[in-house]
Amino acid sequence: MTLTLVFLAIIMATVIGWLLRQTLNTQPWEANDPVENQPGRGVINIDPAKVGLISFIAVVTSLFALFLSAYLMRMKLGDWRPLAEPNVLWLNTVILVLASVAFQVTRNAATRGQRRTVKVGLVVGGVCTSLFLLGQLFAWQQLNASGYFLAGNPANSFFYLLTALHGLHLLGGMWVWGRTSLRLFTGADARNVRLSVELCAVYWHYLLLVWIGLFALLLST
Amino acid sequence: MAYVAIADRDHELEHHDPTTFITKYIWSQDHKVIAIQYGITAVFVGLIALVLSGMMRLQLGFPDSFSFITPTDYYQFITMHGMIMVIFLLTALFLGGFGNYLIPLMIGSRDMVFPFMNMLSFWVYLVSVLVLLASFFVPGGPTGAGWTLYPPQAILPGTPGTDWGIVLMLGSLAIFIVAFTMGGLNYVTTILQARARGMTMMRLPLSLWGIFVATILGLLAFPALFVSAVMMTLDKAAGTSFFMPAILSMGQQLDHQGGTPILFQHLFWFFGHPEVYIVALPAFGLVSDLLSTHARKNIFGYRMMVWAILAIGGLSFIVWAHHMYVSGMNPYFGFFFATTTLIIAVPTAIKVYNWVLTLWQGNIHFTVPMLFAIGFIFTFTHGGLTGIFLGNVVVDLPLSDTYFVVAHFHMVMGVSPVLVVFGSIYHWYPKMTGKMFNQTLGKWHFWLTFLGTYSIYLPMHYLGFQGVPRRYFAMGDTEFMPESAFALNQSITISALFVGVVQLLFLYNIIVSLKNGKDAGPNPWKATTLEWQTPDTPPKHGNWGHELPEVHRWAYDYSVPGYHDDFIPQNVPANAAPAASEHGSDT
Repeated sequence: MTLTLVFLAIIMATVIGWLLRQTLNTQPWEANDPVENQPGRGVINIDPAKVGLISFIAVVTSLFALFLSAYLMRMKLGDWRPLAEPNVLWLNTVILVLASVAFQVTRNAATRGQRRTVKVGLVVGGVCTSLFLLGQLFAWQQLNASGYFLAGNPANSFFYLLTALHGLHLLGGMWVWGRTSLRLFTGADARNVRLSVELCAVYWHYLLLVWIGLFALLLST
Repeated sequence: MAYVAIADRDHELEHHDPTTFITKYIWSQDHKVIAIQYGITAVFVGLIALVLSGMMRLQLGFPDSFSFITPTDYYQFITMHGMIMVIFLLTALFLGGFGNYLIPLMIGSRDMVFPFMNMLSFWVYLVSVLVLLASFFVPGGPTGAGWTLYPPQAILPGTPGTDWGIVLMLGSLAIFIVAFTMGGLNYVTTILQARARGMTMMRLPLSLWGIFVATILGLLAFPALFVSAVMMTLDKAAGTSFFMPAILSMGQQLDHQGGTPILFQHLFWFFGHPEVYIVALPAFGLVSDLLSTHARKNIFGYRMMVWAILAIGGLSFIVWAHHMYVSGMNPYFGFFFATTTLIIAVPTAIKVYNWVLTLWQGNIHFTVPMLFAIGFIFTFTHGGLTGIFLGNVVVDLPLSDTYFVVAHFHMVMGVSPVLVVFGSIYHWYPKMTGKMFNQTLGKWHFWLTFLGTYSIYLPMHYLGFQGVPRRYFAMGDTEFMPESAFALNQSITISALFVGVVQLLFLYNIIVSLKNGKDAGPNPWKATTLEWQTPDTPPKHGNWGHELPEVHRWAYDYSVPGYHDDFIPQNVPANAAPAASEHGSDT
């Protein structure tokens, strides 16, 4: 649980640091007039959808941290036999990096209102992500073919479970990607999809980080 | 322009104005309707769980008298009672119900920031409830593993409901977590982003602080339950060995090997302990507002209360293993968790002192909500004190799995939050419906419930000291159980059935008052918070008419010296509150 606790400690430190700024030098019992003298301190002045996404990322991080905590605890027990990760995972990693880059390019283009680049970027990002997901399925098939079954050993079970979980989160992202693309290709302006594209980019970068962390852990154990 | 982006953007929030009956009351995106949908669903399943507890008490009080309660049924009742009460009633009601209703109204916003996701949250919650209830109708019935669902017994033959029941239970929990996450992201984002002008974080009513921190706890802790549910489903359905050791079942060697049930316990309680505070923190917040309003006095130590809520929330993540003292873990581990557990008593005690000090020299109005709030202070203090006993390893070991534990957690997270639920429903009922409930019936409801629950749970502490074990279907002839213990069990059963029936008073009151209640007016309790200042009662879609409120003061300006009224609403400008002299009052 150390991993999870470290993550929670970071969250708590953030919350407490932020709250300190709210409470020090504040006398809540004093009425203030006019209202302009009393700015709503502590509002994070960005779009609510982004705050929602950041909170969601915190939840997903908690989820993965807990799975990894379970992984590390289960690993210490005697019957753990590491599995040989298929090489295709390296290729998949490169593809996911490309997807992330594509989304970053799209994001920059959307801010500048370059509709054409946004279109291309979205398509490339979507194709790369789909390729990644197919590649993961291929990796599963290879493992299965070489006798690493789901219930064979906890190492196998965790491998399938963690990759499936990561893949499902990407699929959730693809749903937003699909809606955004649909809007763009049915004539929406690049600036109208700017927010969605930006959210996608942040989410894809985050999932890339998660994958790199997962992959590193799987390789090293 | 450092503040409030969304609240001012009226035009964007108007586009989901409901027109038909279906969009207004069923597929509604209005936070008030969703809150009431959440509330009704939660109370409905809560009633089922109440009936289940009555059946359990029948068996315990009068063993062998009821042929329709078999041991299998009994374990299924225990499990479903526990899970429904903790998750599907209390969590859903406090956050989905009160959170939804109060957050936008109290911060001066028109709705949640993601109304569609809010609606989705309720419907997914409903699905989780239906999946859970479906387990009553599948072959083998619901799972009887106890609400903690410990493996290996939860998924092995011999425990009721290992074919279908446990799968439906785990599935239902996973669906609930999805629903909660959608709602929770909404609550957090709305409180952070949609506050009205002048509503700083330190001017939030404590209700919202409780709901806010509890939601953060839920968002971070429910994944632990999700992880354990997924891994147990795989152990059950796919034959993996996350939690399952090599095991002989019914004389046969199973395929599992090498797993550890302790891992499940860690994951489960990593969720399970914060869950206690997911239920308790909103109750703390709501009760603070009830006490302050009905004592006509500002809350004592507002900033301290906020910090205490936060400290309790943080500490709740590092005490989980105090549920596992008897699991055979390292004794030094137990020492650490006993210490953190006792430390959590400090912020909790601060809160209790502050509630009592709020009442001190207040102008106490013994209204129905106030009675429930004061009742809460009693029951919570009792439950909290027995928690200090159980938090110590040496005291916990002999008391573990006895009725002392049952009495403790029912006082602290059963009776106490439920008293706050009742108090809060009575308090906000006039705003939700525009009608006043019958006060006399409400007072009867309080006294019968309050005294009745004491006559249930106080004797249970004594049974626990005698070593009467919990979870047993029947005690049989046991040396350590004197005749009086059986008599006590009968008396507890009679009280429990009585308290169960008394809740009909509450249902009758809130249903009949809808039609026959007197008009309550916009602000019957003379409260300061924004929800009482809406132009319409009950508030219409969009809450505030044309103009959003502006906040000029905190939520606790009661009995301010020099003013005519004994309360100043939050949206009254600092210089505009009528002074006593202007009105020629006699104060």
